[in-house]
Amino acid sequence: MRDVAVVGVGMQEWGELWGKSTRDIFVESALLAMDDAGVDQLGAMYVGSMSPGIFAAQEHLESVMADYLGQLPIPATRVESACASGGLAFRLAYVNVASGMHDVVLAGGIEKMTDVSGGEATHALSTAADMKWEGVSGVTFPGLYAMLAVAHMERYGTTREQLAMVSVKNHENGYSNSRAQFRMKITVDQVLDSVKVADPLNILDCSPITDGAAAAVLMPLEMAKKLGKPIIQVIGTGHATDTIALHDRADLTTLRAVTEAAKQAYAMAGKQPADIDLVEVHDCFTIAEIIVSESLGFFEPGKGGPAVEAGETARTGRIPINPSGGLKSKGHPVGATGVAQIVELVEQLRGQAGERQVKDARVGMAQNMGGSGGSSVVHILEVK
Amino acid sequence: MPPSRSWRSYPQTYRLEAARCKGCGKAYYPPRLICPGCKGREFEHFRMKPSGTIVSHTVIRTPSSEFSGLAPFAVGIVEMDDGPRLTLQLADVGFEEIKTGLPVRLEFRRMYSEGESGVIHYGHKAVLVRK
Ligand SMILES: [Zn+2]
Repeated sequence: MRDVAVVGVGMQEWGELWGKSTRDIFVESALLAMDDAGVDQLGAMYVGSMSPGIFAAQEHLESVMADYLGQLPIPATRVESACASGGLAFRLAYVNVASGMHDVVLAGGIEKMTDVSGGEATHALSTAADMKWEGVSGVTFPGLYAMLAVAHMERYGTTREQLAMVSVKNHENGYSNSRAQFRMKITVDQVLDSVKVADPLNILDCSPITDGAAAAVLMPLEMAKKLGKPIIQVIGTGHATDTIALHDRADLTTLRAVTEAAKQAYAMAGKQPADIDLVEVHDCFTIAEIIVSESLGFFEPGKGGPAVEAGETARTGRIPINPSGGLKSKGHPVGATGVAQIVELVEQLRGQAGERQVKDARVGMAQNMGGSGGSSVVHILEVK
Repeated sequence: MPPSRSWRSYPQTYRLEAARCKGCGKAYYPPRLICPGCKGREFEHFRMKPSGTIVSHTVIRTPSSEFSGLAPFAVGIVEMDDGPRLTLQLADVGFEEIKTGLPVRLEFRRMYSEGESGVIHYGHKAVLVRK
């Protein structure tokens, strides 16, 4: 296997992009990544997208994007793993380059979610759950995460306020991210008083519906060294699955796919949680960030809530979590989210994150997750 | 829902049919073809007792369009006395009464209907066992 570096990243502003088509949104970010890498020809490409068939009435997205990115006839592959589609696209691009198959490979992600009604969007997202055996009860995705929250609160004493503090912190971070969908600071009281969605979660505990894309270009480390730029190496990758139905898991206070994927990534990188300088995690709901921060090994089980309260996960804290603003503030175009996490890591590790810059960032981690944790992808990047 | 998809699951949906692995004794609902625990492929099918315990719960206040007429409604993960866990609506209960660990009984109820004059779907809901 060859060592692999990320040599280019690109991401346009996210939000409700009514004036732009699915393909334009993707191509804009992909071109930014290719410009950043200084390449105009790819060897192969991967496109993470969860449900273009429902959101945009368009399948066969890999060919659409290879065509409109001016890259025909290169091999292109659409990757789907619900909300982890982007992270998985990045992993497959990594494997492609590491294997020696191709030298310049693009990993992108796209979802255009606001062309359909809220009900249709909820339906599209619900297909990431066990449609038959969970769906029959009328439970929603917020409802599934709410049941994780209840289990965590009852076992460990995690408080409603601590959940809210995750959202407050991520909005604080996203306030200085020019590409974030919701750039506003909020308070704990605002979260507690916001519209109830699924007890104990309110609307300000939930990531939004978003249009957006992100892209990264990977190449062998030896080739990357000739570009005369900071070298960002992919030093660890991990990927794991768990039961599709939340109710089939014996323990509702941890996420096994996350723990397993992290174990693989740490082992490959030769790193431990204490070696990580910043992490982008999949905060689709506030409780998710708390559980994931424990499942990744940054805190003991049950200590994720108190850690947020103590400011340990703030940008200036012991282990900054989601300096980009996370899914909560930046937005969550599901197929793009995992790639956007890589974009943030690369900018942080290059020292180009501006107001969001984490001090002395040398090793970063990204954790992307599908459904209620039925899949997870973890990457560790290091500046050389 | 396509009729064939409903029809296929009648034994589970209406009779709570589960399968117990002959290798390790673990029970699965719905039945599976291979046991994730011991990789066994032989199962004994049986009807679960309609009783269990609440493992976690929530109140859905913002539902999907299919369930829009029903909100707010309570949902819980129920561990059946026979072992398998299910996600079910919790019926006939004040939201404040719901606690993990409480015993429930499964009852056959109307779930939702498709459209104004469409198909009415029935299924199991959990109700609290009151002392
Ligand atoms: Zn078995």
